[in-house]
Amino acid sequence: MRLTVNDLSVRYGATAVICGLDLVAEPGEVLAVIGPNGSGKSSLVKAVAGLLPHGGTIAYDGRRERPRSIGYMPQDIGVRTALTVLEAVLLGRFGKLGLRVGASDLAAAEAVLVELDLVALASRYLGELSGGQRQLVFLAQALASEPTLLLLDEPISALDIRHQLEVMETMLRVTRERDLTTLVVLHDLNIAARFADSVVAMRGGRAVCHGRPERVIEPAMVAKVFDVQAGMSIGADGRRIVTPLKAL
Amino acid sequence: MSFSSSCPSQRPALALSRAPRVEPLAARTASCGEKVRQQGLAELYAAMAWRRTLVLLCGSACLLASLLLDVATGPALLPVRDVARSIFGTAQDASVDAIVWSIRLQTALVALVVGAALGLSGAMMQTILNNPLASSYTLGVSAGAGFGAALVIVLGVSLPVPEAYAIPLMAFLFACLACAGVYGIGATRDSSPEMLLLAGIALLFLFQALLALLQFVASPEALQQIVFWLFGSLQKASWGKFWIIAAVLVACMPVLAADAWRLTALKLGDERARGLGVDVRRLRLRSFFLISALTGVAVAFVGTIGFVGLVAPHIARMLVGEDQRSFLPASALYGALLLSVASIASKTALPGAIVPIGIVTSLVGVPFFIWLIMRNRRAFW
Repeated sequence: MRLTVNDLSVRYGATAVICGLDLVAEPGEVLAVIGPNGSGKSSLVKAVAGLLPHGGTIAYDGRRERPRSIGYMPQDIGVRTALTVLEAVLLGRFGKLGLRVGASDLAAAEAVLVELDLVALASRYLGELSGGQRQLVFLAQALASEPTLLLLDEPISALDIRHQLEVMETMLRVTRERDLTTLVVLHDLNIAARFADSVVAMRGGRAVCHGRPERVIEPAMVAKVFDVQAGMSIGADGRRIVTPLKAL
Repeated sequence: MSFSSSCPSQRPALALSRAPRVEPLAARTASCGEKVRQQGLAELYAAMAWRRTLVLLCGSACLLASLLLDVATGPALLPVRDVARSIFGTAQDASVDAIVWSIRLQTALVALVVGAALGLSGAMMQTILNNPLASSYTLGVSAGAGFGAALVIVLGVSLPVPEAYAIPLMAFLFACLACAGVYGIGATRDSSPEMLLLAGIALLFLFQALLALLQFVASPEALQQIVFWLFGSLQKASWGKFWIIAAVLVACMPVLAADAWRLTALKLGDERARGLGVDVRRLRLRSFFLISALTGVAVAFVGTIGFVGLVAPHIARMLVGEDQRSFLPASALYGALLLSVASIASKTALPGAIVPIGIVTSLVGVPFFIWLIMRNRRAFW
């Protein structure tokens, strides 16, 4: 699904959190959104998910109405509830579920649980899981809806480095395999540079830079967007690494 | 990637809980993941569903036993076998038939439907407000009903209905008014659970103060009547009242069945539910309608019985979790069972006297409830 955002503005009461933002995301590609706290990243994702009133236009394959096939994963807010992991993932199929859960829904949930290696947790309650485990469950939920547009708000913020890598690899793989359009909010610049096809850097509700990761994620941008002096080096795998040095 | 459960879960019924202890990563993925994969998620789901059905079946069996015992106890103790025969239409003794059908069965059945209505409304309240303290009692709905009843008793408001129904009607109307008040105040901001809870607690204090005011100005006779009404009593039960409450319960079922997954989605928080495509505002409004009807009709006829609406959902949650497809029926079932057992206790606690059911419910229920929450180590709500 081709996502086109034109002149987007979002206000909470009198406060404008996004103003005049333009964005294009193509099918089969990962678009990373980076920026300091309060720069409007989550509001952007919520607006695209159809959960916030907004000005400007958001078009999904050229159409204005919100499609059903959006897989949305909000930030973790510590859901403590007596729902099992399996039920939470089944909820991703909301709208297709009957009072009796059909074999196709179970099969879809199983496929996602296997994909994220969560099968062993299937009968555990969400309230018993760690924050990182819960993040994986909600990623599974978003994928179980068989989306064409995947919106992930900080999907790896509570994960250890191994799971960070694995979630990002899974995200990239399903994006390519299923030709999804994926919008992902990230705080780790090097992860964004490594896994995104394009990057939007936001500050004060505006898109400061938008382009290929190697163009956006470099010391000058980091200084401009984050007020942080950064250095650049070449990592063991030959990739460029941005290292934050000191706050400006 | 593997997040295997390194500490064994406490639910023995499921094969998944036998996850291995920490092992090298590769072994962990192979052993635990493969075992479960072989078993298949369909089998796991079937096992979970069967376990819940079993909980409901056991509850139903206990309910039937409790109903028979409830009918058998009273001033004249009847043999349970005779009671069962009379209920199933094979009685040999006309006097047993008369006691069962003209007096006791209706009281026992009213206890069941009132308990079910309170359990169900408490469960919905806790779900839509995402708070384990919510119930129609703690949010002022019962207090509203009490005020309505007291209004009729003290001021003698004349209504175009038979006298036996005047107090219930006003109690019902004020329960609905309190519900509408909670929702109305909450909706002026954003209908968030926090706003609705605060509105409910504010209304609880308001109606309690108004009720106290009425008691303050009431004549001694009226005061006595108010106090007795507030205790909650099954003694004015009748077949008519039973059918009215049962009809409201039955009318709620198709709506709840249709909303079961929406309500389950709401347990993940408003934003996630909206992200999944649930119209959260309309769902809350619809649920408030059902809650006001269920609570209103239940407390109108038997007075304020507070505890059932709070504790039945907790029992249900511990037994079946919060998938609303089983949580709501289990809450209704265990609400009915609680009130039925309380009804037996109210007739047997003091020889020769019937203690008001509202008092017994709390006296029996509170220690049980405290025991329940203390022994349950998996509680995290």
